[in-house]
Amino acid sequence: MQAKIKIENLKKSFAGKDILTGVSVEVAPQESLVIIGTSGCGKSVTLKCLLGLITPDSGAIFIDGRDTVGQSRQAREEMLQNFGMTFQFGALFDSLPIWENVTFRLRQKITMSREEARQTAREIVGQLGLGAHVIDQYPAELSGGMQKRVALARAVADKPEILLFDEPTSGLDPITGGVIDNLIKDSVKRLGATAITISHDMASVRRIADKVAMIHHGKVIWCGPVGEMDNTGIAEVDQFVHGKAQGPLTTAMNAQALEEGLNA
Amino acid sequence: MPFQFLRQIGQAAFQFLASLGRIAFFTASAVRWTMQPPYYGRQIGRQIIDIGYYSLPVVGLTTLFSGMVLALQSYTGFARFSAEDTVATVVVLSVTRELGPVLAGLMVAGRIGASMAAEIGTMRVTDQIDALDTLSTRPMQYLVAPRLLAGTICLPFLVIIGDIIGVFGGYIVGVYRLGFNASLYLNRTLQFLEVSDVMLGVIKAGVFGFLIALMGCYHGYHSGRGAEGVGLATTNAVVSSSIFILIANYIVTALFFGV
Repeated sequence: MQAKIKIENLKKSFAGKDILTGVSVEVAPQESLVIIGTSGCGKSVTLKCLLGLITPDSGAIFIDGRDTVGQSRQAREEMLQNFGMTFQFGALFDSLPIWENVTFRLRQKITMSREEARQTAREIVGQLGLGAHVIDQYPAELSGGMQKRVALARAVADKPEILLFDEPTSGLDPITGGVIDNLIKDSVKRLGATAITISHDMASVRRIADKVAMIHHGKVIWCGPVGEMDNTGIAEVDQFVHGKAQGPLTTAMNAQALEEGLNA
Repeated sequence: MPFQFLRQIGQAAFQFLASLGRIAFFTASAVRWTMQPPYYGRQIGRQIIDIGYYSLPVVGLTTLFSGMVLALQSYTGFARFSAEDTVATVVVLSVTRELGPVLAGLMVAGRIGASMAAEIGTMRVTDQIDALDTLSTRPMQYLVAPRLLAGTICLPFLVIIGDIIGVFGGYIVGVYRLGFNASLYLNRTLQFLEVSDVMLGVIKAGVFGFLIALMGCYHGYHSGRGAEGVGLATTNAVVSSSIFILIANYIVTALFFGV
């Protein structure tokens, strides 16, 4: 079966510092991949390259078999019609009420009356466990968990084929985090979408992943089914998965901190 | 040591040229997207209210007191060579040609340029601009184009209102403080005023409005990370738009009079 998303040997550096040194990973249609790794390892850069927000130095990204690196602006805009994304801190538009946030893309595509848009927003936020009254509030009036739900509502409103989640449970208590994970899982299943999630939260990884990839030093050092994550035999993966304070990742992070301190 | 000094000058010169290049590229891109559909009517309307309506008090106060001070200054100065009766003409020509557009421009640069840079800068650091992009909306068209249009449209109207208020300020001082005859003052005000004087101010205002919106958007769009980045973007927006206003003021005046 052709991969829905295939990333091949992706490389990117900023100001002479190598961030991605050859990321390669594949995601099958309707599969949920979770990318894990320490802070600054290149997870978010990989996601931004996938969206075309950052142009990689080299490598290829295939969506449905079509290379998207270096594509025209128009082709990229067409590609993005099939994407839904939630950002780490929600990135809801603070100047717009929730109903306008949720139906933002729908209203760019089709002409909708105000009342139709509000009704659509009501239905979508309802599916994600939010009360109808929420649609008239502004993002700043909502709690962190509710903002994450609204961000998810905005991402799924247009029924995209590919969903991307950047640390969907960061900053949430474990209960709310669990609820968000279940909503993500349900939404991905309901839409039949392919999903890529970035997460540090191992409980969340176990709940939403079909497949897990770990990035270290800008490369995927392990990729496999979530069930095999605990027994990879790779010291870095083992340390990250079990949250051990001592191990190769700690040594690498200390060395990096020392190097950055010397360069500062 | 001397080489290091030269290197620093060279580095600063290159950085300055690179900044000008980035601004030129941003301007070309902004103008291009301003002319292409879709046009975001609500965004344009919101900006027109923000720039045009909410700037009225600050522009009105500035031009009112400037007109009053100008009447006092020109009266005391011109009295030295018995030319007090030219006060009304000096006030109206100074306000319409120069003080109205420049002072309104500088005040709006402080109010609107800063708020545009802060708003767009905050959107940048909270990923809202990237979110716009992923939601099939071009940030240049949604955020920058409406502000450019509103700035260019609103400033001329603000300046016309400011001109009237400034001349009225001069009238108040002239008639109630300096003892001029009211109808004579008004007659003098209109006697030497030409349409071209008002037009010069209006053209300047359009250019200043464009520059204020451009600088506010540019610095916000390229804001650095965190609160410090947004703060710096805000400061840079106000400083650069004020400098550009003063430079453009000279260029437009020179072009207008062909000297």
